[in-house]
Amino acid sequence: MSGPLQWARYHWRRLTGRTTSDDEERPYSYLSLLACGGKSSQTPRLAGKHRVVIPHLRPFKEEYEKFSGAYVNNRIRTTKYTLLNFVPRNLFEQFHRAANLYFLFLVVLNWVPLVEAFQKEITMLPLVVVLTIIAIKDGLEDYRKYKIDKQINNLVTKVYSRKEKKYVEQCWKDVTVGDFIRLSCNEVVPADMVLLFSTDPDGICHIETSGLDGESNLKQRQVVRGYTEQDSEVDPEKFSSRIECESPNNDLSRFRGFLEHSNKDRVGLSKENLLLRGCTIRNTEAVVGIVVYAGHETKAMLNNSGPRYKRSKLERRANTDVLWCVLLLVVMCLTGALGHGIWLSIYEHVPFFNIPEPDGHTVSPVLAGFYMFWTMIILLQVLIPISLYVSIEIVKLGQIYFIQSDVDFYNEKTDSTVQCRALNIAEDLGQIQYLFSDKTGTLTENKMVFRRCSVAGFDYCHEENAKRLESYQEAVSEDEDFPDAESGSLSNMAKPRAHSCRPVHNEPLGSKPSRQLAGSAVAVGSGEGASEVPHSRQAAFSSPIETDVVPDTRLLEKFSQITPQLFSLLDETVHHPPLETLYIIDFFIALAICNTVVVSAPNQPRQKSRCSSLSGMPIRSLEEIKNLFQRLSVRRSSSPSLASGKELSSAFASRLPLLSRLKLTSPVGEEESRLSESAQGASSSACCPETQKANSEAGLANGRVEAPSGRALASDLCYEAESPDEAALVYAARAYRCTLQARAPDQVTVDFAALGPLTFQLLHVLPFDSVRKRMSVVVRHPLSNQVVVYTKGADSVIMELLSAASPDEASLEKQQIIIRERTQKHLDNYATRGLRTLCIAKKVMSDTEYAEWLRNHFLAETSIDNREELLLESALRLENKLTLLGATGIEDRLQEGVPESIEALHKAGIKVWMLTGDKQETAINIAYACKLLEPDDKLFILNTQSKDACEMLMSTILKELQKKNQGGPGQASLRVDLLQPPVPQDSEIRAGLIITGKTLEFALQENLQRQFLELTSWCQAVVCCRATPLQKSEVVKLVRSHLRVMTLAIGDGANDVSMIQVADIGIGVSGQEGMQAVMASDFAISQFRHLSKLLLVHGHWCYTRLSNMILYFFYKNVAYVNLLFWYQFFCGFSGTSMTDYWVLIFFNLLFTSAPPVIYGVLEKDVSAETLMQLPELYKSGQKSEAYLPLTFWITLLDAFYQSLACFFVPYFTYQGSDIDIFTFGNPLNTAALFIILLHLVIESKSLTWIHLLVIVGSVLSYFFFALAFGAMCVTCNPPSNPYWIMQEHMLDPVFYLVCILTTCIALLPRFIYRVLQGSLFPSPILRAKHLDRLTPEERTEALKKWRGAGKMDPVTSTSAEQSAGKSGGRPMPGTLADFAMNPASSCAFEQGNISVCETALDQGCCETEA
Amino acid sequence: AAPRLAQRGRGGGRPGAAAMTWSATARGAHQPDNTAFTQQRLPAWQPLLSASIALPLFFCAGLAFIGLGLGLYYSSNGIKELEYDYTGDAGTGNCSLCAAAGQGRAPPPSCSCAWYFSLAELFQGPVYLYYELTNFYQNNRRYGVSRDDRQLSGVRFALFHPANECAPYQRSAGGLPIAPCGAIANSLFNDSFSLWHQRQPGGPYVEVPLDRTGIAWWTDYHVKFRNPPLVNGSLALAFRGTVPPPNWHRPVYELSRDPNNTGFINQDFVVWMRTAALPTFRKLYARIRQGNYSAGLPRGAYRVNITYNYPVRAFGGHKLLIFSSISWMGGKNPFLGIAYLVVGSLCILTGFVMLVVYIRYQDQDDDDDDD
Repeated sequence: MSGPLQWARYHWRRLTGRTTSDDEERPYSYLSLLACGGKSSQTPRLAGKHRVVIPHLRPFKEEYEKFSGAYVNNRIRTTKYTLLNFVPRNLFEQFHRAANLYFLFLVVLNWVPLVEAFQKEITMLPLVVVLTIIAIKDGLEDYRKYKIDKQINNLVTKVYSRKEKKYVEQCWKDVTVGDFIRLSCNEVVPADMVLLFSTDPDGICHIETSGLDGESNLKQRQVVRGYTEQDSEVDPEKFSSRIECESPNNDLSRFRGFLEHSNKDRVGLSKENLLLRGCTIRNTEAVVGIVVYAGHETKAMLNNSGPRYKRSKLERRANTDVLWCVLLLVVMCLTGALGHGIWLSIYEHVPFFNIPEPDGHTVSPVLAGFYMFWTMIILLQVLIPISLYVSIEIVKLGQIYFIQSDVDFYNEKTDSTVQCRALNIAEDLGQIQYLFSDKTGTLTENKMVFRRCSVAGFDYCHEENAKRLESYQEAVSEDEDFPDAESGSLSNMAKPRAHSCRPVHNEPLGSKPSRQLAGSAVAVGSGEGASEVPHSRQAAFSSPIETDVVPDTRLLEKFSQITPQLFSLLDETVHHPPLETLYIIDFFIALAICNTVVVSAPNQPRQKSRCSSLSGMPIRSLEEIKNLFQRLSVRRSSSPSLASGKELSSAFASRLPLLSRLKLTSPVGEEESRLSESAQGASSSACCPETQKANSEAGLANGRVEAPSGRALASDLCYEAESPDEAALVYAARAYRCTLQARAPDQVTVDFAALGPLTFQLLHVLPFDSVRKRMSVVVRHPLSNQVVVYTKGADSVIMELLSAASPDEASLEKQQIIIRERTQKHLDNYATRGLRTLCIAKKVMSDTEYAEWLRNHFLAETSIDNREELLLESALRLENKLTLLGATGIEDRLQEGVPESIEALHKAGIKVWMLTGDKQETAINIAYACKLLEPDDKLFILNTQSKDACEMLMSTILKELQKKNQGGPGQASLRVDLLQPPVPQDSEIRAGLIITGKTLEFALQENLQRQFLELTSWCQAVVCCRATPLQKSEVVKLVRSHLRVMTLAIGDGANDVSMIQVADIGIGVSGQEGMQAVMASDFAISQFRHLSKLLLVHGHWCYTRLSNMILYFFYKNVAYVNLLFWYQFFCGFSGTSMTDYWVLIFFNLLFTSAPPVIYGVLEKDVSAETLMQLPELYKSGQKSEAYLPLTFWITLLDAFYQSLACFFVPYFTYQGSDIDIFTFGNPLNTAALFIILLHLVIESKSLTWIHLLVIVGSVLSYFFFALAFGAMCVTCNPPSNPYWIMQEHMLDPVFYLVCILTTCIALLPRFIYRVLQGSLFPSPILRAKHLDRLTPEERTEALKKWRGAGKMDPVTSTSAEQSAGKSGGRPMPGTLADFAMNPASSCAFEQGNISVCETALDQGCCETEA
Repeated sequence: AAPRLAQRGRGGGRPGAAAMTWSATARGAHQPDNTAFTQQRLPAWQPLLSASIALPLFFCAGLAFIGLGLGLYYSSNGIKELEYDYTGDAGTGNCSLCAAAGQGRAPPPSCSCAWYFSLAELFQGPVYLYYELTNFYQNNRRYGVSRDDRQLSGVRFALFHPANECAPYQRSAGGLPIAPCGAIANSLFNDSFSLWHQRQPGGPYVEVPLDRTGIAWWTDYHVKFRNPPLVNGSLALAFRGTVPPPNWHRPVYELSRDPNNTGFINQDFVVWMRTAALPTFRKLYARIRQGNYSAGLPRGAYRVNITYNYPVRAFGGHKLLIFSSISWMGGKNPFLGIAYLVVGSLCILTGFVMLVVYIRYQDQDDDDDDD
């Protein structure tokens, strides 16, 4: 049953510690937003409650007991039950379900002697069966949890033991707060601990958080300030500080506290110092930390809130109908009670067939009627289908099994298929009305390809690169059938490069770099043959299409002007004409260093390149240099103890470039030269000594062995970036021989071809966040020795931060203005081509300015409370008065099959909204490219700066739309009042709405919501650009709650998490941006195009199947129970059942339970092909056609009729004969069985051998049971004793005649209705089903006709034709550009419209027509 | 893709992650099986209900039903029934005296009356004699459960420890167990009938032999109902220590002089204990199949001597006496035949409607096709 699934889901969550807040209503977490954004808007909570951690060592024993003794240890227990409390607790939990309580109530009722209807034990049977099944399921789940807990608890880690004065192995469960733990590379962190030591000389430690959030890229953590300077490992014996930090909380992105030394010095602690439980140590030999949170108090465990439970719309619907059934039951019981009272009161004397109470007196009719009410409730209890809930669960499991086994969802490249993470909302997939999609990574591949750039006002279009991309596409499409697509495409990649790249590089760039490139090409090309390692080392965002950028020839020419002399010139005469060249240099340096890319060498998994590059150094010189360097260098990146920085800056600055070059980059050069000699022995033995000693890890040993192939190693660096954009830019820079060589927390090394290796002292990194929309690095330029800020960010943000006026240099300012204008033009151009744009800017700071800023920043960093705000302010102080260098355009290509999918979804009546953080032009163009907008759509753009303007514009557009659409001008607002979106008339023109983030903010405000929704309801497509994650979720929430529609949100990144959690169904695309979206989602798919099959086919099926099954269940129960009810009219409403109790119970539990389940799992009303070809069929699910309230009542009516027929045919047949009670009941039962089963056959649209097997099996089991029971039960089961009745009947022709006649009469109306429906008024579904039966040729004919018949539906038909005409495979960049031209060329402003809003609008309302 | 693969490999090592996907059959890769079952492509019969398909079905079913209906109707018509209400309503014969006499007294005094009738022609045999009670709710729940099947099947322990369901007829006022216990047994129908035939007018009445055996179900008589084991060869001793139900005049072992028809296996008793399904019911009293009467009741005058004991007027019931012949389909009941005829005709009618629908809409479909 659902056991393994739910268990696995739970455990997955437990392991990953997904952030799901416990919000009652719609759990979505702001935490995840913070996690992605980095900015915390959270007010400091728990301010008063702090936790004090004292080392768990003897000298502090007393103190330890006082403070930290009470903290929980690291043992975890996620199981709900223990052996002892399993039964009571499980029962307690199960009886939280109302249905179970109801049945318990019935059982108890039956123990009341006055009202008992059955034997006491029999009533318990169904409940006991259901409870047992669920208890077994729960028990198994819990047992598995227990086993995993045990396994985790018994993992071994190294904890410092004072007794033995060394680290000894201990189980995880024995770790306590205050323990010192030493972890080696690739070990998992057992508890949240503060990092005190890392073997890394810079005091950093790399961790991989895939266990937490699924992200496989490395993240850096920092040793606590003050501990890095120590050369030797931290000695727990000497550790006398205490740690004060906040109480355990579930905020993964925050950790606040300080470390207080014995001399009362305090050092701030942040999340950079915290290693979270569940992360894996990578790239770092060993680390030591002190545990601050253990066990259930770790952040990972606190984040673990168990599986989410969503209730599907269909189930909610069914639940209301269950309530109707309850009402019906009450009415029936009241009838019985009343009837019994009346029946009793007509007798003057007590008739002797109404026996008195045991004590002799008789009950008054009123009281008897009252008792009878309860008796009737017991008797007719089956009306409330207890098996319904169990069956629904089983059916859902079956449906999910089939969804997950669909091969169409299988993605060979990632070896992944669809994941159903929520088990109980599969049928909601069939009812989606609104779809909210992210753009990047969802609609697009999120493979960022550097396309063009603009430097210093010159646009470089990189035509060769464009050509390369096209050839790549062809190569890919040819090779799609390759089993290992990756290697196929890799080997193919070598071809285009062979004739396009080499000539380009070789000439202008000299031999050394090209040799490197050739080396890398060889390495890549031969990779598949040589080993698997280079493959698997392809970093997350580095398929060849992204990594290999062909430089622009024009730009390369300008590169040739770069000489080292340039900078010596620069030092003297600052403003020399080759300013452009300087811009170019700065631009590419910024591309290379303004990021958080981690560099690693391919052959050494998770090993930093620094180690490998050091490997070529002679031991002597290495150590010397290292010592020298350590003495001089300013180690800390953040607030490098300002004093020392100042003191040293003069002396140090001149030497630093040299030193760092010596240390870090010369190995590359030296290595090359040495390799050309015979350096093999040297390099293999000279691998950095302490590494060799300390680290026995396989990875490193591996690296040593492969050191001889150092050339490929040095050149073919791997970049691991947090976002693909960053990687794309770094690769672009590399193409221009500006290679990012190594990155340490305090310095970055760039190998600039013409200038040689440059080492930048990294003073500061201000990481990217979604509020600032930019990131900056502060470096000390090695050549100019200035403090330079390089900033990279969204164009809108950067443009505002550019230096408004530099007072001294007028000419420079002029040039800047020109550059700015031209860059802006280029940016607009890029955006219309659907490229993602970024601006690159820089700022030179004087040392004093920097020192000033640094002081303030230091204050911000060390504050415990509202640190985030202070940091933001600090960043704002730094990032201003920037000088624009240029801009980049990165292409994010559409995923395969996206336009087709969107078109199909449109035709299915789903409104698709695109919510993206990208800029307006990019978003519109992607919208056109993916067919979200049609070329002849009317486009309305909402982009205003004030609320009033927004309101005005909206009403203008609304009026306009209502005027144009005569279909229902006045009704629209009415309908919105009724919270029903007006169904756009087919004759109307299509409209699309574009709204920007700022305007969206106004539109989402209370008083404009309604108008906004009304407006959007007129539009086929809505694009929200520049939307923040929070806005995304608010939009979804608004639509969902106000229009009461079924919403689906799909996204791939952390910024979509909130939206995914708010929507009725959240779908995560397991793409490039980690697993956060997938973790939060209900379903995870690997590509957007799978969505169409998921919704159109599986959604439709699941919905139809389940709703039909639920209806059938209601029908079945009502039909059967009514037989008993009708009988009450002939037995004085005395609660007699004419059926043996066992048969009565088993009828529902055994004989008729399997067929509906099979029906619910396997029913196929229309084939998958037809459903995909005719998306219109999906509309039936949207309108809930399979299960309307009316359908329910019709079903009940039919059930009533059938039970009437089933009762009265035998009644009249046996009227006045000598038939006895159970002999009378037997044909009723048998006929009911046939009726109920054949009813299912009539309703089934497809019957496989499984159906047949189950139905025949049901009939046989019924007869077998009846015969066996009748033969063996002589005196058992008193007083209902069916002895030999079935045997008698089997020999009686009348029995057969009665059964046949009853079945026919009962089923005739439904059968006739279905036949007439099939001939006279077939539903679209039925018509589509006809197609399934045709031969392929006829079918295509019929399909054409069907689509042609959509004349009443011109929109879909025209779009269908367009799709036929235009969708020739995936849109190439070229087609994309075609689309892009559309709005631009035909952007016709309607004057009448404009004049209204002009005054209020700054950006104007652009109304586009095609 | 490659690092993702690597990650997946690690993920696979975690027990939770491995079980996360449903496909436990993950053969290293996560590719689902491509079989007709998992891909939901099993060959299926797809019944598409439409007029053209249903048309022959309706005609065939209709004809078959009409045929069956005619057969049933005629065989039901061939069954003769002769019934007489001897409840004793005023002016309906000499049983009214008994009825009046027995009013309000329980147990009523024994009273005899007679029913005279004459047959103009042979009453085709085999003839069954039934009694019918109306408005008698043997199916009242509390009445219907008031019995102890174990006691009736001769279990000695149950004989002396009747089930609680029998209350208040479980034990006598003296605390002795009642055998047979329960309300059903207590209310045993105790009128008796004898049939007399007058061959010639004015001639003597000759008693027609009534076969009082074989009126119960074979299994009831032979398996389900057993007397308790005899004590010293005596049934009376076996029942010692029990008392008969309060309404009974004699103990259960004296129900009949025939040792094979007394005690719990007395056939009248067995028949009575098979509680009727409906408030108006018949029970078989005797079969007439012996001697000259095996072919039926010859013409002539008849008299039924009725021992009138059973009070029914208290609950407004009636007692009837019925002679009925029997066919393969049991007693006389025209309903089944008529129902078959009606349904059959309806089917034919629907068939014609379908024909119309078929002709008209088929044309329309063709028109559509021509578009």
